[in-house]
Amino acid sequence: MFLRVALLVLRKDFAIEVRSREILYTTLFFALSCVLIFAFAFVKEGKPLEDAAAGILWIAIAFAGTLALGRTFERERYGETLRALLLAPAPRPAIYVGKLLGIVLLLVVAEALLVPLIALLFQAALFTYPLLLIGLLLTGTVGFCAVGTLFAAMLVRARTRDVMLPILLYPITVPVIIAGVRGTSALLQPAPDEAVATMWIALLVCFDVVFVTLALWTFEPLMTE
Amino acid sequence: MVMRRVLIAICSMVLLAAQVLAFQPSAGQGEFVRIDQLPPADQLRAAPLLIAAYAFVWAVLMFYLWSIWRRLGKVELDMRSLEQRTANRNRAR
Amino acid sequence: MKKLFVPLTVLTALMFMYAPVMIANAPYEATMGLVQKIFYFHVPAWMAMFTAVFVCGIASALSLFRGTPAADRVAAAAGELTVLFGSIGLVTGPLWARKAWGVWWQWDARLTMALLLELIFIAYLLVRKYGGPGSDKLAAAMAIFGMANVPFVYVSVNIWRTIHPLTTVVPTLGDKMGPRALAAFWFSALSFMLLFVLLLTMRVQLDERRAELDRLYLEEEE
Repeated sequence: MFLRVALLVLRKDFAIEVRSREILYTTLFFALSCVLIFAFAFVKEGKPLEDAAAGILWIAIAFAGTLALGRTFERERYGETLRALLLAPAPRPAIYVGKLLGIVLLLVVAEALLVPLIALLFQAALFTYPLLLIGLLLTGTVGFCAVGTLFAAMLVRARTRDVMLPILLYPITVPVIIAGVRGTSALLQPAPDEAVATMWIALLVCFDVVFVTLALWTFEPLMTE
Repeated sequence: MVMRRVLIAICSMVLLAAQVLAFQPSAGQGEFVRIDQLPPADQLRAAPLLIAAYAFVWAVLMFYLWSIWRRLGKVELDMRSLEQRTANRNRAR
Repeated sequence: MKKLFVPLTVLTALMFMYAPVMIANAPYEATMGLVQKIFYFHVPAWMAMFTAVFVCGIASALSLFRGTPAADRVAAAAGELTVLFGSIGLVTGPLWARKAWGVWWQWDARLTMALLLELIFIAYLLVRKYGGPGSDKLAAAMAIFGMANVPFVYVSVNIWRTIHPLTTVVPTLGDKMGPRALAAFWFSALSFMLLFVLLLTMRVQLDERRAELDRLYLEEEE
């Protein structure tokens, strides 16, 4: 029942998105612009700083993720569908999981674009350990979106929702960003350090479990008004 | 349901602890060591920092107490004016 | 609680006045000298801050899951105190570090995480103030996430290589620094804890008065 509802919510979001592709294109282009700005901003001796690749990747994910979260729930608010979702005879945490999966999927598509782009622009050897990189990106994205989905859903009714989401999201997800960047840069070193990257993945898994558990716990009372 | 999630959280943390305990600390100071006489070179330079630290603690505590006092004052003022209005209305009735 | 208020205030004030005497009497530390004495209120400030975080987190959980308004008041008060004591820790720390390490700030595990904790609770206060309707529930969720962060902060110094002193400093204080240092430390710690309880009581009373005022306004409208 739980999984069915979650997948149903995911299918609904996917169906809407496939039709207009609005959030997908805008998020992708935003991520692209982010990377370009950072590429021009971090300069050393007139040339782009190559060591910044790991950091830029994760900043782009964080910013694009914030945007995607805001847009997704703005769409719900505009259509007034959030209330309908909550009134449905479905376990509320399942709705949360459905929304979470949707946003994670969106960010994964964005990352599929970002990683080759950054590898190209910064000559970063991101593909030498693809499994570890995928592990880092997946666990980091899930952690970031777990907190983000919860807060974005809650902020739907607030007046200052656009500025509040980053204010609330970034301090809590900085550990995820730190772990992601450290893990990615460990892989990008001249002598890649697999053990360190694995340690950061383990830490990210720990964060994910804690954050998703907390989010599932608090989603029900938070959305009751 | 809740217990299951708690168990999952605890299991992941135990798995993490096993991983992470492999990285042992070495650079941090483990214990304080005492001496009885202070070397003369150290005497004065640290004093401004120490005084600044103390002063900051006092300043911030005083600021917070003042802030509570101010807010309480406003609430009391509102309450008194409200009681005044209610009393006037009761007298008028 | 109200009857204890005045004696508690007097006691706390007296303890804070006597604490400098005890701190001055404590012996100097070998490598850090005079500036190490900041330790006697840097660590108690962080102890008070962690206590405030737990009080805020637990009160927030109660307010979120049970809906008790009293719990919400305690959470708001503890949130402000978290930022207060955290700011004390974050200012006294660099002042000490300037002398002991030569730099004002280091991005090591504990300092980073402590700063994050402070930022989370500043965000908590911002949400309470500017979040609009339903913001106290969202703030409660923030506080719970913040509380989940604390064990990571405490353990960080023991797990990662870091320049910050380890947690073994406090348990070995009596053996290594002597009884006067131990007494000064625990006296300061007790003073800060009493101060925390005192400030919490005052702040909760403020919110209780506000709730009373709201109730009177509602009565007036009827």
